[in-house]
Amino acid sequence: MYSDYASLRAWAESEIARTRPADRTRILVGLGTCGIAAGGLDVLAALREKLADMPVSAEIVPVGCIGMCFEEPLVDIVRPGEPRICYAKVTPKSIPTILEEHLLHNNVRKDLAFAVIGDEPYDGVPAWKQLPFFATQRRTVLRNCGFIDPESVAEYIVHDGYAALAKALFEMTPESVIEEVKRSGLRGRGGAGFPTGMKWAFCRQSPGEHKYVICNADEGDPGAFMNRSVLEGDPHSVLEGLIIAAYAIGADHGYIYCRAEYPLAIVRLRKALEQARALGLLGERIFGTDFSFDVTIKEGAGAFVCGEETALMASIEGKRGMPRPRPPFPAQKGLWGQPTNINNVETLNNIPPIILNGADWFAAVGTEKSKGTKTFALTGKVVNSSLIEVPFGMTLREVIFGVGGGIANGRQFKAAQTGGPSGGCLSSEHLDWPIDYETLTKAGSIMGSGGLVVMDDSTCMVDVARFFLNFTQSESCGKCIPCRLGTKRMLEILERIVAGQGKMEDIDLLLELGETVKLGSLCGLGQTAPNPVLSTIRYFRDEYEAHIKEHRCPAKVCKALITYRISEEKCTGCTLCARNCPVNAISGERKKVHVIDPAVCTRCDTCRQVCNFDAVLVD
Amino acid sequence: MTITLTVDGKKVTVEDGATILDAAKKAGVYIPTLCADEDLLPFGACRLCLVEVQGDRRPMLPACTTPATDGMVVRTSSPIIDKTRRNVVELLLSDHPEDCLTCPQNNRCELQRVAAYVGVRTNRFRGEKHAYPIDDSNPFYRRDLDRCVLCGKCVRTCDEVQQLGAINFAYRGFRTKIATVLDRPVATSTCESCGQCVDKCPVGALYPEAWLRYGLPTRETKTICSYCGVGCGLILQTRGNTVVGVRGDPDNPVNRGRTCVKGRFGYEFINHPDRLKKPLIKRDGAFVEATWDEALDLVAQRLAAVVRESGPDAVALLTSARCTSEENYLLQKFARGVLGTHNVDHCARL
Repeated sequence: MYSDYASLRAWAESEIARTRPADRTRILVGLGTCGIAAGGLDVLAALREKLADMPVSAEIVPVGCIGMCFEEPLVDIVRPGEPRICYAKVTPKSIPTILEEHLLHNNVRKDLAFAVIGDEPYDGVPAWKQLPFFATQRRTVLRNCGFIDPESVAEYIVHDGYAALAKALFEMTPESVIEEVKRSGLRGRGGAGFPTGMKWAFCRQSPGEHKYVICNADEGDPGAFMNRSVLEGDPHSVLEGLIIAAYAIGADHGYIYCRAEYPLAIVRLRKALEQARALGLLGERIFGTDFSFDVTIKEGAGAFVCGEETALMASIEGKRGMPRPRPPFPAQKGLWGQPTNINNVETLNNIPPIILNGADWFAAVGTEKSKGTKTFALTGKVVNSSLIEVPFGMTLREVIFGVGGGIANGRQFKAAQTGGPSGGCLSSEHLDWPIDYETLTKAGSIMGSGGLVVMDDSTCMVDVARFFLNFTQSESCGKCIPCRLGTKRMLEILERIVAGQGKMEDIDLLLELGETVKLGSLCGLGQTAPNPVLSTIRYFRDEYEAHIKEHRCPAKVCKALITYRISEEKCTGCTLCARNCPVNAISGERKKVHVIDPAVCTRCDTCRQVCNFDAVLVD
Repeated sequence: MTITLTVDGKKVTVEDGATILDAAKKAGVYIPTLCADEDLLPFGACRLCLVEVQGDRRPMLPACTTPATDGMVVRTSSPIIDKTRRNVVELLLSDHPEDCLTCPQNNRCELQRVAAYVGVRTNRFRGEKHAYPIDDSNPFYRRDLDRCVLCGKCVRTCDEVQQLGAINFAYRGFRTKIATVLDRPVATSTCESCGQCVDKCPVGALYPEAWLRYGLPTRETKTICSYCGVGCGLILQTRGNTVVGVRGDPDNPVNRGRTCVKGRFGYEFINHPDRLKKPLIKRDGAFVEATWDEALDLVAQRLAAVVRESGPDAVALLTSARCTSEENYLLQKFARGVLGTHNVDHCARL
């Protein structure tokens, strides 16, 4: 238990010195979900095995995601007095080479090393900030991800962790904390962009026997993993933000509502709570002050709609996760009928640096109305599938072609989808628009929580609309009629269009239904569900018309509108396609041109993928 | 504190805490609804009560959940309101059987009323329709989920009024439906067949089994339930001399419209041919019809004889929960004061 920050910091420093002596080599392994999925645990096992055989002593530190998901598994080596060298796409096989060369022969393998995570290049390896991927990024939210061991509270503390909490408790009143957050211009990172300080003030002013703060960690957009990476890589930062929020609002209990599909995040959160309690940073009389606050983790059972705040609160109360109309707003009558404040993971993560560095520091970055930075899960047909953090105001082009490295496989950019199923598709005309809340809304999309899916010319926009609507329809709670039935009927119309059975009046019907669902639905899920459809009609109407009028899918995606044939010139009669066809639709003798029977063919694309001569053509 | 607002140009004053819907009702302005109910908390699900509030940044607000505020100016009809409502009803009808004339709820249906009001004339949204089997496991009422509009009145009635929670929303998206625990038939669920939900259902999704056999009643008569001492107010629905339905009397302060399974569904004994209407006296081994005077004289005679021959404690009196408290009081008074015994008991103790 510590009653001032200096002694807490002193404890953490001695703890680090005890467990991680400065004269010892450190090896950092990226073990976020992305690293694990890419084979990080096998790499870790190989690393342990090899180290045991070597005459060096080194510390293995599991760290969270640094953002370069496209280069995972990552292994970084830091030798005493030397910079941190990051090796990318490491395999169990390359481990012995890397370790022997680097640790025994002082030879940094330039061919295997990706970058120096430091200010200067080293031995021919570029500094990370020199790489286009990192050059324009600005890491506030991801400040610790990939740098500290997420399971070590001491490491968090020596990286200025809990300094903001101490500052808030010892130097600021709850009102001045709220004022600082207000002045920073921080807006909710869950998607809607409501000013955080104002939200806190409403809750503080609201009378109630108890007050609650909730961290919304029910990240559910397809392709979005920003919050997961932060929870896995830097759980204490979110917890610290939540404790400061509780102090500012006057809450005595908090919840972290995290989806159960994030098991690693939950493990690390639980550990963080235990560590914080043991140090007196959570529980009774935090830092020896009169302020007491504790946190419960609630695991969400997998309903997308539980990310909506009223549904989330119902779920915590043990009820069906179903939104209710506002008013009353959660700040007036929330969890258990008491004033409640709900913030997204990223919003809370931004709080400690705002308190520590001041509102002006935060507000210096970004645009007039969108301050600070935003993380994005950059996915789809982009070279660098990654977790990034950029200042507001950066253009879509800078993000996709700069940080993202452009479109994969040399294809053409077609669209970018922001905001997940609630967002819309932006076209090439928006590439030079700045990314901020207002601009994205003006373009028919939304900021959302940070999903950014890049699409190329092989993507069918009608099919994309159908995909997202299928998602929202399946995840609709079914309570209100426009969402439950409106999205169903819109989905059916889209299914008819991609099957080549659409009519021109279907486009008008989609627009009309889309408006009814937007205006009529109870919660944000329904009110934004038509966005993918409305925005694709707005920017890619020609694709809809090609499906309807010409029974043609320009991107050659919609199965009912394409046929497969084999080029007589290119086919060598190798029989590979015929042997792989799951429905025996391909016939032909050895060394003779093969033929696909379109009546049997299911357009599964297997033949095109296995053909070594590009002989399978899609019309 | 009171609030004064304007609904469709009419000034109306309501209590603090009233919703726009309450105010509209008071002003005599009809706003279509399917999920709103005076006995239940506002739910905001059907989206038919959307109205415009002057100066609000949101284009439309649900009247049923939005509190009325002083000086508020509400419009209940406009091109966008009418269009949204019509589309919502059209969507509902796209997943609803088109057999109103043979529906047990015909002419009592809230969806019919709402559809007539918004004026749906076509259906452009045809698509997949539900085809659930009818749940006839419960002898008292039927459950036909194809007609369900998911207004949630049944769920909320079971939860908020009966405090039972036998049913809830289940599944998601188009597959959302009202289900018992583990989605089992009503008869094997925790449902107590009180019929509150059946009474609240605005459409033909929940209806008494008797409605399959009878059409609309021609007359309603207020009475008191004879099943127990609570004395709930009932409204008997009759056709000629036949009782074809019962509903709770909403004006009766004892039950305020509620009933139990017996009161609501246990009425068919009234018209049963085996029902006893006169006392019977056993003569030569067979029961023979008698007058009330004959029967009461016989009981008095026999009781007096037993007391005379064997003393008062040879007699015991057992009373019934079907009697009122006053009747039970009278019986013990009769036992002690007239017969002279303390041998009194009550079926509720068995």
